Amino acid sequence: MSTASSSSVRKPSESVPLQFPAGLRVLVVDDDPTCLMILEKMLRICRYEVTKCSRAEDALSVLRRYKNGFDIVLSDVHMPDMDGFKLLECIGLEMDLPVIMMSVDDGKNVVMKGVTHGACDYLIKPVRIEALKNIWQHVVRKRKNEWKDLEQSGVEDVDRQQKANEEADYSSSANEGSWRNSKRRKEDIDDAEERDDSSTLKKPRVVWSVELHQQFVGAVNQLGIEKAVPKKILELMNVPGLTRENVASHLQKYRLYLRRVSGMTLQQSNLNNTFMSAQEAFGSTLNGLDLQTLAAAGQLQPQSLATLQAAGFGRSTAKSGMPMPLVDQRNHFFSFENPKLRFSDGQQPHLNGSKPMNLLHGIPTTMEPKQLANLQQHSAQSHGNMTMQASAQGGQTSSQLMQTPQPQARSQILNECTATSVTRLPPTIQQSILPNGTAGSVLARNEFTTNSRGGGYNLISPASTMSNFPMNQTAELPGNSFPLQSTPGVSSIVPKGRFPDEVNSISDIKGSEGFVPSYDMFRDLHPQKPDWDLQHVGVTFDASQGSLDIPTAAFGHQGYASSQQNGHNRHTSTVGKAMFLLEEGSDNGNAQSMGQQLNPLFDDGSVRVKMERASETSSQTDLFSEHFGQEEDLMSALLKQQQGSIATAESELEWFHHNTPV
Amino acid sequence: MEVGSMQRQWVQYIKSWLGEGTLDSQYLQLLQLQDESNPTFVSEVVTLFFEDTEELLNKLSLALSQPSVDFKKIDDHVHQLKGSSSSIGALRVKNACIAFRNVCEQQSAEGCLRCLQQVQQEFYCVKEKLSYLFALEKRILNAGGSIPMDLGS
Repeated sequence: MSTASSSSVRKPSESVPLQFPAGLRVLVVDDDPTCLMILEKMLRICRYEVTKCSRAEDALSVLRRYKNGFDIVLSDVHMPDMDGFKLLECIGLEMDLPVIMMSVDDGKNVVMKGVTHGACDYLIKPVRIEALKNIWQHVVRKRKNEWKDLEQSGVEDVDRQQKANEEADYSSSANEGSWRNSKRRKEDIDDAEERDDSSTLKKPRVVWSVELHQQFVGAVNQLGIEKAVPKKILELMNVPGLTRENVASHLQKYRLYLRRVSGMTLQQSNLNNTFMSAQEAFGSTLNGLDLQTLAAAGQLQPQSLATLQAAGFGRSTAKSGMPMPLVDQRNHFFSFENPKLRFSDGQQPHLNGSKPMNLLHGIPTTMEPKQLANLQQHSAQSHGNMTMQASAQGGQTSSQLMQTPQPQARSQILNECTATSVTRLPPTIQQSILPNGTAGSVLARNEFTTNSRGGGYNLISPASTMSNFPMNQTAELPGNSFPLQSTPGVSSIVPKGRFPDEVNSISDIKGSEGFVPSYDMFRDLHPQKPDWDLQHVGVTFDASQGSLDIPTAAFGHQGYASSQQNGHNRHTSTVGKAMFLLEEGSDNGNAQSMGQQLNPLFDDGSVRVKMERASETSSQTDLFSEHFGQEEDLMSALLKQQQGSIATAESELEWFHHNTPV
Repeated sequence: MEVGSMQRQWVQYIKSWLGEGTLDSQYLQLLQLQDESNPTFVSEVVTLFFEDTEELLNKLSLALSQPSVDFKKIDDHVHQLKGSSSSIGALRVKNACIAFRNVCEQQSAEGCLRCLQQVQQEFYCVKEKLSYLFALEKRILNAGGSIPMDLGS
């Protein structure tokens, strides 16, 4: 029934539909057609807008494609193509949407697993309609938390921004005090975000379009990763209207991404906790030995290494404070690819968190080169796992390690999600696994990603974080590709989810698998750029396809023609909510057309961010297969993979096509 | 038969099946989802369940006839059947699935075969009954009547 459309007209300014919870956009995933049909019926009776998927892969595609197109996801635990918990993680990482698990299994273990993976609720089948009537509370709660986080983080940073910015620029070379630096950096990024806009959370953000990012990368490469300071980068880029702060925050994200790329194999479980600490450690130690070791191990390319180092500094997360051995962090990053990490600044690195690989995340330890090597190996293995999965996805596998840190994190996470086989770390994906492909990710998510994330990197849960970063694109900040959301600690790339908790819980996940898969997934999700641009996550999907039909698709999923319109409205409203949402701010121009298509979130070109990325990523995906390559390569490789995977998904998602373009 | 008595008969059937455990309250939940604008929702869903289950049972037979039995796969199938049968309220089928899963854990092919037979038996039993019920529902609708939404009528 399409009651939603008539009853849930959402105004852009409103974060909640007028007749909330009617019109709540639900995605239900269950391989059992009987259950799916019953659930759909029940949800419609609740006046929600329902989209159903019988396969987890389809669900991810849809989510990525229509970022901000859903408010909540209901998923069965037991599915043939992908474990429900894995999907949960992915969604949390990429899209940061609330996810409710369902199963006929009511065993304590299974329910606990849901909790540890970040599910916001667990329903025992047969599900009764009464249980469904209240699911909207999870959406509201999440948004509320995210906003709160955002506001909190935004306020403190402003004061220090100036100082932090300066520090951030030059702190990369300083090992000690990385924690401090990273913290500043994070603040810097947050501040930068704030500054861009000018005083409200919803400031327009700089949209890091593909072209802009290319310029950025070019400038960074020209300067050399170690010397690439925001000021100089800005000068080289020579883009009017771009501020040093924009560049600084983008740089941090980029560094994280690189780090991620080279250190893919970090373990997830510790990731959350360790990640934070790793972040800091990363910053400090990164320059050290680890990078070299990594490079030596052949895993990192010189350039990546440099980038990693640079990224390392930027990273430190406010949280941990423990200097993590670089190695670990790096591994983390790379393995996770983003979703979790949203690294915006420090927060991240959950990436690896999921993978048990690096135990050090939370433990500050210095890694000897040997250890590093071992880790590397381990990482390699994990990556191997990932790659397997990744290959399934798009052959990203090996490239994950190398991929640019941030995007990678996401890809990984995404990969993991998509990879099915990978047991991701799963910090609660709650949000919606990000994979940014989450174009459809709920707007709410995006908004919150930053907020929720504040704490850990939660890879999984914060689907929002993920979304923030690349994935949420829509909601996230158009600016730096990294969703503002990084909130409280993480400024840009912070992996949405709360990894720390999850990571630990994930310990049961096969170490090797860790995030690797997610990484790939992430890439898949964002066809466009390798993770860190993921903003477009949703878009990328389309972009790769060659047509940004996300906008239409976004709404299409709803299944209600009328809902599309509502959807748009809804998105808009959600967008408004997200602090970082695409602001109407600077879009680099490309998004405009896209934005419109995209949908509703931004109604304007905010979508653009995504769009751009998509194009960029497509070209870059090739690189994924290579291990490290230049960032650009990685990115394109990632994109390709994403595109490839998306393409497949798209064909399966016929129903999206009936959406009417915005 | 006139509509009224058909409806009464309908109610009687449901009540007796509830009483004997063939159906449980979940079936009543499904009835709540059905209304005049969509009077065949339940029969559609249940028909879907029948088709799916036939396939699942075939898969189970096949899996159990393999030289090397894949118990994990069998468990997965049974788990799915458990889920869908519970969703429509086919209580006996669900209980047979629970028993099946326990036996499956012990990895006894023979035990599993017996369980499979039990599940099949219960399934065909409920299928026959509900098929009859749906035929009755069709006649009610054709006669211009409506399907009761609960047992009060």
